[in-house]
Amino acid sequence: MPARLLHLARRRICTAFCAVLISAPAFADAPRRVVSINLCTDQLAMLLAAPGQLISVSHLAQDPRSSVMVDAARAYPANRALAEEVYLMNPDLVLAGSFTARATVSMLQRLGIPVATFPPAASLADVRQGMQEMGAVLGRDRAAAAMLARFDAGLAQMGDADPDHGPTAATYAANGYTPGANSLSGDIIRAAGFRHLATELGLTHGGFLPLEALILAAPDLVVVGETYPGNSRAEEILSHPALTQLRGGRETLEDRDWVCGLPGVVDAVTRMRAARDAIGSAP
Amino acid sequence: MKFRTLIACLTALVAGLFALSLVTGVAPVGPGESYAALLRDDGGPLTMVMREIRLPRAILAVMIGVSLGLSGAAMQGFLRNPLAEPGLIGVSSSAALGAVLALQTGFAAAFALALPVAALVGAGIGVALILFLAGPGGGAFTLILAGIALSALTGALTSLVLNLSPNPFAANEIVFWMMGSLADRSFDHVWMALPVMAVGWLALARTGRGLEALTLGEDAAASMGFDLSRLRLILLGGVAASVGAATAVAGAIGFVGLVVPHLLRPLVGGRPSRLLLASALGGAALVLAADVAVRMVLPGRDLKLGVLMALVGAPVFLHLIWRRRGQS
Repeated sequence: MPARLLHLARRRICTAFCAVLISAPAFADAPRRVVSINLCTDQLAMLLAAPGQLISVSHLAQDPRSSVMVDAARAYPANRALAEEVYLMNPDLVLAGSFTARATVSMLQRLGIPVATFPPAASLADVRQGMQEMGAVLGRDRAAAAMLARFDAGLAQMGDADPDHGPTAATYAANGYTPGANSLSGDIIRAAGFRHLATELGLTHGGFLPLEALILAAPDLVVVGETYPGNSRAEEILSHPALTQLRGGRETLEDRDWVCGLPGVVDAVTRMRAARDAIGSAP
Repeated sequence: MKFRTLIACLTALVAGLFALSLVTGVAPVGPGESYAALLRDDGGPLTMVMREIRLPRAILAVMIGVSLGLSGAAMQGFLRNPLAEPGLIGVSSSAALGAVLALQTGFAAAFALALPVAALVGAGIGVALILFLAGPGGGAFTLILAGIALSALTGALTSLVLNLSPNPFAANEIVFWMMGSLADRSFDHVWMALPVMAVGWLALARTGRGLEALTLGEDAAASMGFDLSRLRLILLGGVAASVGAATAVAGAIGFVGLVVPHLLRPLVGGRPSRLLLASALGGAALVLAADVAVRMVLPGRDLKLGVLMALVGAPVFLHLIWRRRGQS
């Protein structure tokens, strides 16, 4: 499941869901038993919740391949996002993604449990909004405001990068998938001062880019993720000699580093900016 | 047609399709420019595309076509049955099982040729089972039944292994192992498959005279001094090495060994030894043509070779069954 989840989160399927949808009776006081069933809400909630407020996170938050907060997540009982187990935890608020575990969410809503759904972040602006909204539903507005201020300061410290005249960067994943500009990774690449190759090739919403087309476009930087254990032909493309011999640079960013809208994406921008500075300002 | 003329024509066909394969791809670049970039390293990305992506792909198509055509012709000569084809009777899917097991257990990384050797072992077990179950006395019916059973079993085990893999992408690759594809193969795959395949080709080339003698019947061949159990062993090793190495790098590609000998048999006067060489070249031409076609039908989308092969091969297969039905 992690691949599917990452895939969904990475792809901006719908931009209409940008508002947090809170169903069932509105809560006057801050919730006291919060269960999160989505990798991204898990991590944001762990950062913002008051001690004891969050009682369970999804098992993905404990998986080092998908989560950047494995150690913190191990302190919580894990759930597998099944309606039955979540209901038995007797939560007064459930945090979920808009596109994952849909059946669980609708079941919990029928059972009268308030569910707050968060859309996957598809830009740095979405990351800011996600923090504010998570603060609002947890009754932790001040913590969220502080987090937001640090986030903005981190981005502001890097300064403007003039992405329209920067070198080109491409993200390349299993099966030759490349996310478009309308994705968090696309926005991070732009914020770091790169032109986004997928966009220049017309793949605004991402898609499968044949290896030949990537090589001929000769990007100045290729960003690839780590591969999973066990063999797959889908990932073999990432070690194709033509790709490893590309004259441009190569940067490794793992999915977990930039799949969720967390404050840590500032680090991803910083690393990409360093890679850009190493390349210098190309035509 | 004279045998020499036939071989010359087939060689020219392979050369032409090879050249066409090199200029088929998603990039909108003219043939002249592509060939120039292939021959002279201009430091640009086009040279990389030509040398590292398209050249190994075309070379692999030839190697795999030769292996499959040769194996089909040899098995049909030995069993004296035009339906004996590695893909249809489960040899390719046994090889795929061997390759998948090696890849998912990590054995494939143990030494340079581990992957094709594992596929060879898989294919070898497959051929041995088929020869045991449906030897020369068994007839077409037993052969096809044994093939169905072997394909079903090895296909299911391959799916099981891929589904158990910790890699989330592996389960989606069942289609590749059953249908075959040459997309994004590299020279790593060429160098890995070539030694094992070459051994297989040499072994199969040596079966020619024995197969000629077998056309007179087993007793006659034995009385002419041919050691049939030795012939069977060479054939088994040759088919296992050729089909195993081919499947290890490109998945199971069916029908090549059925269609090619079927088309060429009348042109060589039905002589098994001549059919071997002709089928090797014919197989190369067919796989090259199919690999060009998959890239023209759906550019950049990795349509599987097995799809095209089945479209061409299944009617031939049905025709053969129909004809045998008339005979019996």
